[in-house]
Amino acid sequence: MQIIEKTVKKTLLAASIVGLSTFGAFASDIRVGMVLEPPHLDPTAGAAAAIDEVVYANVFEGLTRIDQNGGVQPSLATSWTISDDGMTYTFTLKEGVTFHDGTGFDADDVVFTYDRARAEDSTNAQKGIFAPITSVTAVDPSTIEIKIAQPQGDFLFNIGRGDAVIVAPESAETNQSNPVGTGPFKFVQWDQGSRVILEKNPNYTGTPAFMNKARFVFISDPNAAQNAMLAGDVDGFANFPAPESLAIFEADPRYQVVRGSTEGETILSTNNAKAPFNDKRVRQAIAHALDRQAIIDGAMFGYGTPIGTHFAPHHPYYEDLLDTYPRDIERAKALLAEAGYPEGFEATFKLPPPTYARRGGQIIAAQLREIGIELELINVEWGQWLEDVFKTKNYDLSIVSHVEPFDIGIYANPDYYFQYDNVVFQAIIEKLNVTANEAKREQLARAAQRILTEDAVNGYLFQLAKTGVWNTNLEGMWPNSPVEGNDLTAVRWTN
Amino acid sequence: MAEQSTFVRALHHPSFRLGLLGSALFVLLALISLVWTPHPTDIVDIPNRFANVNANNWLGTDYLGRDQLSLLMVGIASSLKVALLAVAIGALIGVPLGLMAAAQRGWLEAVILRFNDFIFAFPAIISAIIITTLFGPSAINAMVAIGIFNIPVFARVARGGALSLWTLEYVDAAKLSGLSNAQISLRHIMPNVASLLIVQATIQLSLGVLAEAGLSYIGLGTQPPDTSLGLMLKEAQSFFFGFPMQAIIPGMAIVLFVISFNLLGDGLRDTLDPKLTKAGGVDVAG
Repeated sequence: MQIIEKTVKKTLLAASIVGLSTFGAFASDIRVGMVLEPPHLDPTAGAAAAIDEVVYANVFEGLTRIDQNGGVQPSLATSWTISDDGMTYTFTLKEGVTFHDGTGFDADDVVFTYDRARAEDSTNAQKGIFAPITSVTAVDPSTIEIKIAQPQGDFLFNIGRGDAVIVAPESAETNQSNPVGTGPFKFVQWDQGSRVILEKNPNYTGTPAFMNKARFVFISDPNAAQNAMLAGDVDGFANFPAPESLAIFEADPRYQVVRGSTEGETILSTNNAKAPFNDKRVRQAIAHALDRQAIIDGAMFGYGTPIGTHFAPHHPYYEDLLDTYPRDIERAKALLAEAGYPEGFEATFKLPPPTYARRGGQIIAAQLREIGIELELINVEWGQWLEDVFKTKNYDLSIVSHVEPFDIGIYANPDYYFQYDNVVFQAIIEKLNVTANEAKREQLARAAQRILTEDAVNGYLFQLAKTGVWNTNLEGMWPNSPVEGNDLTAVRWTN
Repeated sequence: MAEQSTFVRALHHPSFRLGLLGSALFVLLALISLVWTPHPTDIVDIPNRFANVNANNWLGTDYLGRDQLSLLMVGIASSLKVALLAVAIGALIGVPLGLMAAAQRGWLEAVILRFNDFIFAFPAIISAIIITTLFGPSAINAMVAIGIFNIPVFARVARGGALSLWTLEYVDAAKLSGLSNAQISLRHIMPNVASLLIVQATIQLSLGVLAEAGLSYIGLGTQPPDTSLGLMLKEAQSFFFGFPMQAIIPGMAIVLFVISFNLLGDGLRDTLDPKLTKAGGVDVAG
């Protein structure tokens, strides 16, 4: 043991010497590690959080933007007025803004973007943002008027999200491979499977970014991520994939561990349209069999907050439903027997690459085995997950963290990959979407949470913690993730 | 009778004795794991994870609270299974090819030899990665991938041994009595190259264990919740700084496993064929 400890210390020492020497060389560059590589780079045409984590606020901007506390700030719109009835928004646009390809930005681009997202054949992942909009009109080149069907409380927040960033008609079609936005960084190149490189936009009219160059490096293996950090190959991970290693970084003065919370509800996604999971009793049996704390401790080394429904615990509307299905193996078995599966059954369990899924999957499989459900674990890559599980819905169970803020509305879409179809729930969400009154909104949101838990649509596990690991000399990173994204505009080296 | 004395002779060989002891221990552990393990390996016990060596868990527990000794036994069994079947694939296809080449000579031999060269030309581990990537990572695909690289090894050994036998008088006698090439190969050649093949199989078995561990370590072999030595090592890697024993246990098991089979093979070779001084094995683990 003594010898091993010595070796480890020597290795660490060697790593630190190498690390220190390389850090100095990139004082205006930053290399950010990410676990998942985005499938493409157009945030208005994809659900993958990894897209926003590269381009949101860096390459693309919306009319508004969300700050690190979840507040709404001006962006391409410098100011706005809301009519007394709450149904007409008039935005004044920033002038002199150009897209990275040199084309000018004006109100027509906003009309184009919003009409494109609202269109029948739109591929936007959050159509709900645009559903209330009845018209988008360019009053003059720097004024835009948006009418919505009913007053809505979170409209300004919604249009600040990555799905509502402004794109140009000249480049919209090619944004997936060559994103052209208005942001402080412009896209340089994407080495698929390896990294995306951005560089400072010299023509940016707002507060310029500190970094001249930003590289997003994709490292899906947690061990490789740890080694990359220790070797100084990356300057930080906004959300470090190996929670078991955080103690090492916390003990090392070269690194800082930034603890926060994400909007990521980590759930046991369940195919509600497929037998036997179309039976509520089967889903409730699964809920009774899950031991959340064991999953958080085992997979995340204690980083994570248990949730009882699809809602972030730090949100004021959160309804505490943790005790609805206490761990009760007998009750779970009884429910399975009632549903016609006294001996249990076999099912598949598709696990995407993140640690919470791969490790949590093994723990959940062991927990469900106690009630007779035998799961076949299938490790899938992210692209395969999007294709098999998300698009074609060819799955039984999966684990994934849903990182969009206030995304309970996804359950109102029967075509979403859970294939959950409940008209009462859909009516509540429809009402919630058009209600501006805070108290009423809260009431509806809480009712919606209760229905999801009652129906045990998915297994609700935990809120994903955001555990950033950064070089000590960096500052300006977001501790929390009110929206998906790695906003680098305020990140800078202090040395 | 003759085999008995060979075995007794081999027992006097120190490395054979050591190898036999080690191999027997590993095979025994693997066989026991098929019917019994000290603790079940599919139960997750988070509060009891990373336990040190203790009376209940002789080798401690892993990151999910599973008993390390039980996992190790199951892991040895699955590693051994992959290696055994890979050797079987190699021997079943390679030996007939080698015997045919030696019997027919001519264009058939040329084709078989070129086929061997073709497989040998690839770095084995790279091709194994290609196969498991194409057909999905699983223990079975790892088995096939390793097995393919055993084919030319066995073909060469069988052909080499058979060629020298074909020049002997008793083979001429068999020819004169009207036996076909296939009959001669089966009745007269095969029994006489068997000892060579057994030695080769032992060596390939240890290389197979190593290759399986390598493939599982990079995530292309056995998949969880099944376990194998390589997979245990891979999972332990994340916890190496905090809990080095997690990696040392499966790591040492792989080393001892491979050494035991190698010693066994070396001992057998020295005893069975004193003329053979060089290993004819090919390192499928790269």
